[in-house]
Amino acid sequence: MNSEGGEIGILAPQFDTLKQQNEASVLGMWIFLVTEIMFFGALFSGYAVYRFMYPVTFIESSHLLNVGFGSVNTGILLTSSLTMVLAVYFAQRGRNREVCLLLLLTALLGLVFLEIKAFEWVHDFKEGLVPGKYFSFPGANAKQVQLFFCLYFIMTGVHGLHVLIGVCLMLWLAFLVYRRKCSGNNYMKVELSGLYWHFVDVIWIFLFPLFYLIGGSV
Amino acid sequence: MTIVEGTSIRTYLHVFAALLLLLFISVAVAQINLGLMNLAVALLIAAAKAALVIWYFMHVRVSPRLVLVAIGAAVFMLTIAFILTMTDYVTRA
Repeated sequence: MNSEGGEIGILAPQFDTLKQQNEASVLGMWIFLVTEIMFFGALFSGYAVYRFMYPVTFIESSHLLNVGFGSVNTGILLTSSLTMVLAVYFAQRGRNREVCLLLLLTALLGLVFLEIKAFEWVHDFKEGLVPGKYFSFPGANAKQVQLFFCLYFIMTGVHGLHVLIGVCLMLWLAFLVYRRKCSGNNYMKVELSGLYWHFVDVIWIFLFPLFYLIGGSV
Repeated sequence: MTIVEGTSIRTYLHVFAALLLLLFISVAVAQINLGLMNLAVALLIAAAKAALVIWYFMHVRVSPRLVLVAIGAAVFMLTIAFILTMTDYVTRA
């Protein structure tokens, strides 16, 4: 352990300095996130194609979603990003108690997000918006509306899966910090998990307007 | 990158307030019918929110410049993917 120059951590043998080691960790995490961006990018370009082909239907379909659910969930994820960044802040300063509490709070906010999302999906199902056997839409463009909802369920579903993974990650981290196996002398785990959590937030920041806000009031 | 970096809790709270303000604006603007402009405005606000999260919360502000290269590569490849895909669909008869 080394506290020189305000830097703390355990130096692995393949690195010269802690600064180099931490920069390598951060860059490695970012490269993983870049692959995630490309993965979601394919879904977003699928959205772009069908939005281009059926602009009116997309606006019409967007009105079937409840802006209230979406807005509250956006607020919750933004708040969870704040608690996450504060967890990293305290982890940098070795204050394990605060880190543990903030990580648990972040996980809790993630769970609330998923809870609201699950409630909304059930609501969508009852409204007959789930593509497939139980889909019901009175208009002539029902097929295209179904396409919109395919994109909606796949993209919010895959995003929800990422949130779920994030929640598990936060609980595991909180456990490690509680057992004093992390933070203080090895805070990079918290920093890198923070990057993942914020990335998931950024994806939702784009999903929210694309599905809920494209309509305008009619 | 120094590990105990200079961002204060105050800054984080300011960024958070800005994010909530942008969320409020985007929901408010969506209530006005701007036709196709609704999408453009919503995406512009989303980009601003994403930039705030990436720059401050994801610490790109204090990270090595190499991280910007990684992000730039992602943006570059995504742009290519979008342009090539859309040149196909836009030009179909």
